[in-house]
Amino acid sequence: MAENILEMRSITKTFPGVKALENVSLDVRRGEIHAICGENGAGKSTLMKVLSGVYPSGDYEGEIFYDGQSASFGGIRDSEHVGIVIIHQELALVPYLSIAENLFLGNERIGRSGLIDWNLANADAAKLLASVGLDESPVTPVGQLGVGKQQLVEIAKALSKDVRLLILDEPTAALNDSDSAHLLGLLRRLKEQGITSIMISHKLNEITAIADRVTVIRDGRTVETLSLSAGEVTQERIIRGMVGRDLESFYPDRVSSPGEEVLRVEDWTVWHPTQDRKVVDNASFTVRAGEVVGIAGLMGAGRTELAMSIFGKSYGRDISGQVFIRGKEIKARTVAEAIGHGIAYATEDRKRYGLNLIEDIRRNVSAAALGKLAKRGWVNGNEEIKVAEQSRRDMNIKAPSVLSVVGKLSGGNQQKVVLSKWLFTDPEVLILDEPTRGIDVGAKYEIYTIINRLVASGKAVVVISSELPELLGICDRIYTLSAGRMTGQLPIREATQESLMALMTKERESVG
Amino acid sequence: MTTTAPPEVDPTPKEPAPTVALHTGTSDLRALLTRNLRTSGIYIAFVAIVALFWLVTKNHVSLSPGNITNIVLQYSYILVLAIGMVLVIIAGHIDLSVGSVVALTGAVSAVLVIKHGYPWWVGMLAAVAVGLAVGAWQGFWVAYVGIPAFIVTLAGMLLFRGMTLQVLGNISLSPFPSEYGKVATGFLNGLLGGNGYDAFTLLIGLIAVAGYAVSGFRTRLARIKYQQPVESFPLFVARVVLVGVVVMYFAWQLAHARGLPIVLIILAVLIIAYGIISKRTVFGRQIYAIGGNLAAAQLSGVKVKVVNFWIFVNMGFLASIAGIIYSSRTNGAQPAAGNMFELDAIAACFIGGAAVTGGVGTVVGAMVGGLIMAVMSNGMQLMGIEQQIQSIVKGLVLLLAVAFDVYNKRRAGASR
Repeated sequence: MAENILEMRSITKTFPGVKALENVSLDVRRGEIHAICGENGAGKSTLMKVLSGVYPSGDYEGEIFYDGQSASFGGIRDSEHVGIVIIHQELALVPYLSIAENLFLGNERIGRSGLIDWNLANADAAKLLASVGLDESPVTPVGQLGVGKQQLVEIAKALSKDVRLLILDEPTAALNDSDSAHLLGLLRRLKEQGITSIMISHKLNEITAIADRVTVIRDGRTVETLSLSAGEVTQERIIRGMVGRDLESFYPDRVSSPGEEVLRVEDWTVWHPTQDRKVVDNASFTVRAGEVVGIAGLMGAGRTELAMSIFGKSYGRDISGQVFIRGKEIKARTVAEAIGHGIAYATEDRKRYGLNLIEDIRRNVSAAALGKLAKRGWVNGNEEIKVAEQSRRDMNIKAPSVLSVVGKLSGGNQQKVVLSKWLFTDPEVLILDEPTRGIDVGAKYEIYTIINRLVASGKAVVVISSELPELLGICDRIYTLSAGRMTGQLPIREATQESLMALMTKERESVG
Repeated sequence: MTTTAPPEVDPTPKEPAPTVALHTGTSDLRALLTRNLRTSGIYIAFVAIVALFWLVTKNHVSLSPGNITNIVLQYSYILVLAIGMVLVIIAGHIDLSVGSVVALTGAVSAVLVIKHGYPWWVGMLAAVAVGLAVGAWQGFWVAYVGIPAFIVTLAGMLLFRGMTLQVLGNISLSPFPSEYGKVATGFLNGLLGGNGYDAFTLLIGLIAVAGYAVSGFRTRLARIKYQQPVESFPLFVARVVLVGVVVMYFAWQLAHARGLPIVLIILAVLIIAYGIISKRTVFGRQIYAIGGNLAAAQLSGVKVKVVNFWIFVNMGFLASIAGIIYSSRTNGAQPAAGNMFELDAIAACFIGGAAVTGGVGTVVGAMVGGLIMAVMSNGMQLMGIEQQIQSIVKGLVLLLAVAFDVYNKRRAGASR
């Protein structure tokens, strides 16, 4: 038998306009726990989707060898057939069905009569649950379990399919410390039983605790594979691999001259809307006029949740803490009130939360401040067009006219429409959540230029971004968020990708 | 990836293109039509259906003065319902209860006026009050409790039908005093005299055409001033002339029958008012925003609950107007009044280009959709086609209209 259970060679996967993976290679040894690390968007999940057949063979270039044989999967069923099971970050369980029903969904235990044999199913389920150390009745609805236990049900489901290569995408991102520890222990036990695991994770302390080898991916390419036996699996080493690129010179210059404080947030705590955990935990930060402040954090750190909860309590429950605008405390209970107090929030997901895609530029630009165009409830349509036209020129939105439907614009131009909308509300402080996600280099540069123009005119800007080079390129100050807590604050002179990454991965117990 | 040079960014904002270049010339008529296929298709279909029934009915009776008057009288309450319904649908909801509300409001009015002898206007005011209360009730459950409108109004359909039976004691009431009947069956004529035709009706027709031309021209001037694309001038004139000819033909036919129906005046006022409300008020625009992308509207500060509430209050109001017209037309109140009206109103909206997913639709489109249904029903009746066939044809037309909408959307999505 070959030493490697899996070899992926020169995998290249292209989406329209983007090379998500370029010549990526990955070797996984039989019976090891192999971690894959990389920044958000580096291509980790894409690689796993190629492996599990979500992107069927022919959709990518390169070769996959599984058990020494060339493999080409047409879909998830093909890969599951040979024992490769992927557990996605978003769990794929049906909340209203019982554990047993979920375990055997699509793989039902059929009795002689041709009907489902529930006694057999529940008995088998109980055995599987015991093997993952989950002490629950098989008839319990999955929705009654916490996320940690649901994760275990997913693994039990994988075991029911005779898994040989288990892929976990950010398995502990939504788990608390004890659940995480339990899960990692389970992975070790599975390893003893000969099951190979691939784990994608941002939590470097977990990786160093459990992984035999680590492959680092950056910008869709393999950087290196580190091995525990060679003493290479350390947090510092992984961070260097993850961020190791040079700062690219596509950030426009700006002279920074921060003025007085515009936004101050104190002791901000937000609970998850449905789960019993804090998503933002006692966070405080300030932003001054003419200043760009960055918020860095890995996926699940609570960046978006922090911003949205400040923006008229659009997220979470039991929100506590104080918000001050120019030194005066405000209570923004609704989005309209937040806008009224001069806060603007441009969402990270412009298609779902930012734009009315079936309407034109004009209507989208005016959407958040229609009142400014109206007298006693009557909208001045000509003024509206004038405003939209002004935005189109100022922002250099490339569209035939302001009557063009927003859904047909490119990502960069859509983002400019979103910015136009918020600028028209004339905010004191703009919170930009992933302002350059999914847009091309040229448009990114334009967005940076716009941000510079805003701060030059005295606005305060908060930028949330997964791309550290971007934060380093445009910010004056950067806060780091880890597991809902502010773990640090670095002026731009002292910030490096390594120092930020170390703070972003800093765990709860080590926070002072 | 190696170091990337800063991309070239044009430092000077683009000069606005000369106004002339923005004009959509006549040569672009096809582009204009295809771009607005969703809306223009409906007009073409309407003309085709009218022409079809003109051809196939005996002596071309479908476009005779008497019949045109008849269509207006017979379907006015459906059109009134469709005005409210299209707003409900644009916001992404549905209202299944309007038929029952028509019955209930008519019944309350009839009980007060016929049974208790109150003056006619008391009955009408009471009907409107009931309509508003019904709308507030349903709006509360949809907007503030968050129950899907489908469920709330399905419950309302049963609830208000039951209340109608209760109010009427399960019997029909009639007749209304003659003033009450004028709403649906009265005419304004003879005010200015005329020989064999009603000059007043023609004058109103002329005023309508002139109003259309002037407002169209002013919009056009404003758009040119704001450097927006407009159709070429000959095309604009052609459009005004076409609309003018159609309206004047319609007025001419009415003038040769019994004059201007009062209900047509009510309908025209409602169409114009709601056309403007939907396009030009903050409230109307927020309806489109909610239907287009609820989450984005919410994150833009739209008070979604308040808007949803008033959409249903408004629907209740218009249902009461339809109830008044219907009770006036039937000269009484019946336990089964308004049965299936909701389906006709909903069909009118979808045939008229409203999107099932919300965010798209116009009042005028819903009116044309309603007229398509009306002309088809009326034409088939004139031809003596049996009820069951009529129903089959109407069902297929609705299905095809929505299929067309879905097809259009997929095509638009593909070109993205």
